[in-house]
Amino acid sequence: MDHNDSVFFMGPSGPSSNLLLDQLPSYQSLLYRRKPSVAGSSRRRSGQRTRLGSSSSWKLKGERLEERPKVAPLQRHARELPLSMVEKRRHKERHMETEKELVGWEQWWQGTRHSLKRLREEGGHLLMALQLWRTDIHVIEGMFGTGIRSYFSFLRFLVLLNFVIFLLMFGFVMLPIIAVPHASGNITSNLDNEKTCSDYPSTSRQGLVVFHQYISDLLSGTGFLEETYLFYGYYKVDSINFPKFSYNLPLAYILITVAYLFLSLIWIVKRSAAGFKQNLIQDEELFQSFCNKIFAGWDFCITNANAARLKRSSLLYELKTDLEEERIKQKIAGRTRKEKCRIYTIRLALNIFVVSVLAACFYCIYRATIYSQESQLKHQIFILELLSEYLPSIVITLGNFITPLIFSLIIQYEDYSPAFEIRFTLMRCVFMRLASIGVLLFSLWSQITCRDASCPCGYNHELYPCWESRVGQEMYKLMIFDFLIIGATTLFVEFPRKLLVTHCEHGLAKWWGQQEFAIPNNVLEIVYGQTICWIGTFYCPLLPAISTIKYFIIFYIKKLTLIHNCRPATRPFRASSSNFFFLGVLLIGLTMAYIPIIASFAQISCSQACGPFVGFKTSWEVVPRSVDQLPYGITIFLKGLASEASAVCFFVITCLAMFYVIALARAHKCVIHQLREQLAMEARDKRFLIEKLLQAQRSAARFRGGTSSSSSGLYGPRSSTSQGLCLLEPPVSTTNV
Amino acid sequence: MGTSASQLPKDLLSEYQELTFLTKQEILLAHKRFTELLAKDDRSCSNPRLPMSRILTLPELKSNPFKERICLVFSTSDNKDGSLTFEDFLDLLSAFSDSATSDIKSHYAFRIFDFDDDGTLDRKDLERLVNCLTGDTDETRLTSDEMKQLINNILEESDIDKDGTVNLSEFQHVISRSPDFVSSFKIVL
Repeated sequence: MDHNDSVFFMGPSGPSSNLLLDQLPSYQSLLYRRKPSVAGSSRRRSGQRTRLGSSSSWKLKGERLEERPKVAPLQRHARELPLSMVEKRRHKERHMETEKELVGWEQWWQGTRHSLKRLREEGGHLLMALQLWRTDIHVIEGMFGTGIRSYFSFLRFLVLLNFVIFLLMFGFVMLPIIAVPHASGNITSNLDNEKTCSDYPSTSRQGLVVFHQYISDLLSGTGFLEETYLFYGYYKVDSINFPKFSYNLPLAYILITVAYLFLSLIWIVKRSAAGFKQNLIQDEELFQSFCNKIFAGWDFCITNANAARLKRSSLLYELKTDLEEERIKQKIAGRTRKEKCRIYTIRLALNIFVVSVLAACFYCIYRATIYSQESQLKHQIFILELLSEYLPSIVITLGNFITPLIFSLIIQYEDYSPAFEIRFTLMRCVFMRLASIGVLLFSLWSQITCRDASCPCGYNHELYPCWESRVGQEMYKLMIFDFLIIGATTLFVEFPRKLLVTHCEHGLAKWWGQQEFAIPNNVLEIVYGQTICWIGTFYCPLLPAISTIKYFIIFYIKKLTLIHNCRPATRPFRASSSNFFFLGVLLIGLTMAYIPIIASFAQISCSQACGPFVGFKTSWEVVPRSVDQLPYGITIFLKGLASEASAVCFFVITCLAMFYVIALARAHKCVIHQLREQLAMEARDKRFLIEKLLQAQRSAARFRGGTSSSSSGLYGPRSSTSQGLCLLEPPVSTTNV
Repeated sequence: MGTSASQLPKDLLSEYQELTFLTKQEILLAHKRFTELLAKDDRSCSNPRLPMSRILTLPELKSNPFKERICLVFSTSDNKDGSLTFEDFLDLLSAFSDSATSDIKSHYAFRIFDFDDDGTLDRKDLERLVNCLTGDTDETRLTSDEMKQLINNILEESDIDKDGTVNLSEFQHVISRSPDFVSSFKIVL
């Protein structure tokens, strides 16, 4: 019980060696880092720490201050010291006294630095206070913990990102057109076959229009919506002639698309790097580490008693599963060869099955898209028309609903460790969701581009006089449908489920249980929506605005369903791994968004009947043409940058830098390993030396024949022993190792 | 503290701003909550001290398994009863605020987890820590085998000099590599 007198581990020599250890310089520095009033006789007597600066302890601290070099503590700002307020004040006063000794220029410099720092802090606090939904997220955090809070912060980030993209598009593409409508020059195609290619029949409905056709137009982007700012086809403008200069709109359009993709990449990478820092140097399992779970396990921000109880049980569950997993890992390591063969064949078979399921889904999406495109040429009853328009979206949503169930079923037979199972299933679901958009686009393009070489315009101009608007319409439909599905699931599945579970006493209802807020699925939903937005913005410039509004409403929907319908998850999703997971999936989505856009810039001929690129072969062609119009020197420079020689140089330099950094990291890892071994060895050396010292003292004492002059008891006040070594007989203590 | 209970003098306010990580609004809010918890007759004395039982009624601390340890660690009273003055309370909020450095947080976290106050986390401390996290009743405890396995794992990960305990430097080192710590070690009024 009184082992708390010492700092170090009790070796077999018992408490006496610890009194010796307490005099070591390393122990003294440890005391200094704790409260300064810790040391001294008062502590020994009470056995607990006190925080008042009593005179004796203050003197002790003062002595130590003089011994130490003057560098570290006095330079630190008072509030960064782990001291009580009284002591921080004293520290600050001492600091100000030393500052008064500074010469004039240095004093002025210190003063300016202080005020700049203060200004920066105030600015930071102001920005924090302006954050959207601050109180809402704070409430959610108090009720559900930091894992779910990170989902809502992620949602807020996406709202902001979409709003910024919308501002970019609006400011550089739409605003010039809106501002100066009469000064825009309409372009005519100067390619051959201009008559047929630039024929764009109006799709707005003529004559008497039944009102439900307006609704169907609104939901699918055809009819009266097609020739508005919403879609690419409306921007048939070559250049806008302002009084002083002429604004090249096609160039602006392409450059803004590249800019927003690049901006998204930079922002996401910057945000994900914020939580990473030096953790990547050592490749241990970060998020599964026990220390992380125990020391950072409790969310101190939880205010709800119920949530606290659930958090405890989820922590217990997590710890038990992780300990179990460790045992499983050991079991896996001990597998025989025959078992391994069996497991690998099962896994191969199941993976083939997964691939075939995915292929079947993709084929369904392909056929649905083709059917939907063909049926749009016929006119049908309202409901059927709407259904056939939305057929690809419906098939994609069904696929995204069924495949996770299949995946989670078959992963049980693949015999992985539990954590890996979760991650692998998640990866498969991510792939399914994002690849389905790619398949949709691919099937569209198979229709748009001509199979044989008989296309006069380079694309299928009979079916699609303005194919970019059509692609934009498909993206618009996907987005609307996604939003409707999220709203409908919440309204028609989650609320009834809650009602059923609370009021129905049937066993089945109890077994189904209350809804859990499944973070991975929710995140996949919004990343899917964001990928659609990234791809679709080029074809449908107002899509970011729609996306911003959509995510804004989704925040409130999700918050509502969380508070009313959900209970916290049994398996907690940690905040840190959440951040990494969310941004990782978002990055995958962004990469998948790059592919269609790059393909459509570079490969597919742009429409000659609509849009800003009439007169060019492909959309990208506008850039080299504009570069040619720049002054000669800049043209040569830019052409040199884009040539193969500079690309190869850049690649080689990047590879070299990467190899250097990898080698450096490896060297650091070696050094860290060696230092750790050295530390362990030093600790053993220290204990060994103290053992030897005590043995020597004991034999000297025995030689002198009698007990030592020290009359202090084993746990008495230190005053008599503080001067010299303690000469006490070590008791036979049973210390646990 | 100020003469009237409801107002903090401006110079004291700016001093607190400098000595803690809190903003002006947070300090004023803390002052308001603190005076609300004081008994009526205590409000007029110069440096009132809130007993631990009243502090633990704060909703931010009520459901926290470490609430007694937090009060004990930040208390400056002579008889270690966990009572807090207003400045102790500000110290508490400063250490748990958003802008506090990771250094400060890990230092105070170490002291909170050090149940026997001996300056290191030995096996008993770790065991009590785990029991706090999972709940202290019989159904919610880990079995002794699991506890031993868990503590062995923790010591393996964090005990660098292999002396069987985790001292402050080792704790701070393992916390610096823990991605969750800064976001979870936070109390905002």
